[in-house]
Amino acid sequence: MAVLSINNLVTEFDTDEGRVRAVDDVSFTAQAGKTLGIVGESGCGKSVTALSIMRLLPQPMGQIVSGSVELDGTDLTQLPIPQMEKIRGARIGMVFQEPMTALNPVHAVGRQLTEALLIHKDIKPDAAIREAVGILDRVGIPSPDVRMTEYPHQLSGGMRQRVVIAMALACKPDVLIADEPTTALDVTIQAQILELIKELQADIGMSVILITHDLGVIAETCDEVVVMYAGKVAEKGSVFDIFDRPAHPYTRGLLKSIPTLNTEPKSTLSVIDGMVPGLLDLPEGCRFENRCTFSREQCISNTPGLQAIKEQHQVSCLRWQEL
Amino acid sequence: MSPILKVTNLKMHFPVKEGVLLRAKKFNKAVDGISFEIQPGETLGLVGESGCGKSTLGRCIARLYEPTSGSIEFEGTDITRLKGRALMPYRQNIQMIFQDPMESLNSRHTVGDILKEPYIVQKIGDKVSRAKRVRELLDIVGLPARSITRYPFEFSGGQRQRISIARSIALNPRLVVCDEPVSALDVSIQSQILNLLVDLQKEFKLAYLFIAHDLAVVKHISDRIAIMYLGNIVEESTGESIYHEPRHPYTKSLISSIPVPDPHRRVKRAIITGDVPSPINPPSGCRFHPRCPRVLERCKLETPLLRTVADHQVCCHLNDL
Repeated sequence: MAVLSINNLVTEFDTDEGRVRAVDDVSFTAQAGKTLGIVGESGCGKSVTALSIMRLLPQPMGQIVSGSVELDGTDLTQLPIPQMEKIRGARIGMVFQEPMTALNPVHAVGRQLTEALLIHKDIKPDAAIREAVGILDRVGIPSPDVRMTEYPHQLSGGMRQRVVIAMALACKPDVLIADEPTTALDVTIQAQILELIKELQADIGMSVILITHDLGVIAETCDEVVVMYAGKVAEKGSVFDIFDRPAHPYTRGLLKSIPTLNTEPKSTLSVIDGMVPGLLDLPEGCRFENRCTFSREQCISNTPGLQAIKEQHQVSCLRWQEL
Repeated sequence: MSPILKVTNLKMHFPVKEGVLLRAKKFNKAVDGISFEIQPGETLGLVGESGCGKSTLGRCIARLYEPTSGSIEFEGTDITRLKGRALMPYRQNIQMIFQDPMESLNSRHTVGDILKEPYIVQKIGDKVSRAKRVRELLDIVGLPARSITRYPFEFSGGQRQRISIARSIALNPRLVVCDEPVSALDVSIQSQILNLLVDLQKEFKLAYLFIAHDLAVVKHISDRIAIMYLGNIVEESTGESIYHEPRHPYTKSLISSIPVPDPHRRVKRAIITGDVPSPINPPSGCRFHPRCPRVLERCKLETPLLRTVADHQVCCHLNDL
């Protein structure tokens, strides 16, 4: 069942050098109980998409220009701020990349956790504290009642991220947006956190939108995948479509360029030449054209739209049928 | 073949100053008794979680720190206690690449100035020959010659890392310490830099000490891999053998934690619980015992030693059984 659907979202930023379109015509749907992965390199618009959904774009520079974000039929982009505040933290939770910046360093963990409960629920402070201790215990923090009185700097990176997850999930949201939740963590801690998100998802039945640049994390956790490039969706489909039958030359290039534990040591890795174009001087046609090995005359001038390969697998490439 | 670098029982303890008088009562034992060798033209990969001391070890070898005890021998000469002018010839031979090129390149110098500096410091060549050499270096790392007059901020992350690489090979070093050279880069750029490092190694017979936390990247570039945990090497072997037959429980869980980019291989992973303990007050006995899934009574008391088991060096009591 679709919980959150993003339709033709366009987000722009006013910068000193001019107006920049960071997210350009992005659409996808998040299903209840499923995990949707958004993958792409820095600057591809994946985080801005998340901030647009939450209406947390830096003001006044960032603006949603067109498109809609529908949560159970309500368009969030049109909601007045007070109503949006009722949705943030209650129906959509968010986990950020760097837990130290997501937590307030001068407030104890307990105060930050109960804040969400007190705002969104009709609940007495002592009941909120009891509930918060229960949530900390659920996210695997040892001796949670002691931790409630501690400050973020007294916790390790993995523990902090558990607290952030506890905050995001305090009100059992319908959707959890996790923006690079494990990028700042070590692999052993990353494995713990990803497992925790999976368990909690099974408990609550929420939909998870996982934003990452790590294709390994995508393969391990996601059901659906959206590949973004320079503000646009390059390809989207089920995780098996994307990894077994990638159709976009960019997806293929990405998958081939990562060293795995099975590649021959010191062999030449295949590369995607060049680099992502700046958002200020985007090429006219296909945005991947200047790095694409399959580029033709038509790709320089024509912008490809998303085309369906089959149901649920779409690609934005003019030549996908020939490749 | 004699090793290019031989490290014996190296320790680097940082004083932790506390109290009103700021006396050092405790020590952060970042590197605590490490021994290994690197052969000419070889890559030794060094893997471990944050805070395990891998960067400190790299900096000791580049002699950016003076180690507390132990010895570092470069081509048979002990360089552990050398200072100032006496270190100069070794600075030529041991170079370093850092993780974040924006911080390791001077933002107020042009790329030409940055690449000329090693020759000025070492008093090599004159103006004309230096300029010629800078153009050669840019060509080697795949940057256009017009980059000379530009500043670091005008380049992307991958190009900046190319500039740092050019600077590190400027003096034809024998050993380059690479401290997380690709972890700040995007996937599609990461493979470009890895290919460049492999090409340079073949062309200039460089030896690398390659420090990273990403085991897949390290395995790709390394001949041998050493796994570090809390200031010690817990296992060392060839890349293939570390991956296929890990013997230390920590290595096993590290490999099992890596997400594999293949949705058909979602396996139940051996997740280790807990965090890395503090190196100021490390656990007794084996340092991994509080997190170890196969801990024995003995592990809490006796510190295991690094010993040879088949083609591995491993530091674990389980291998005695």
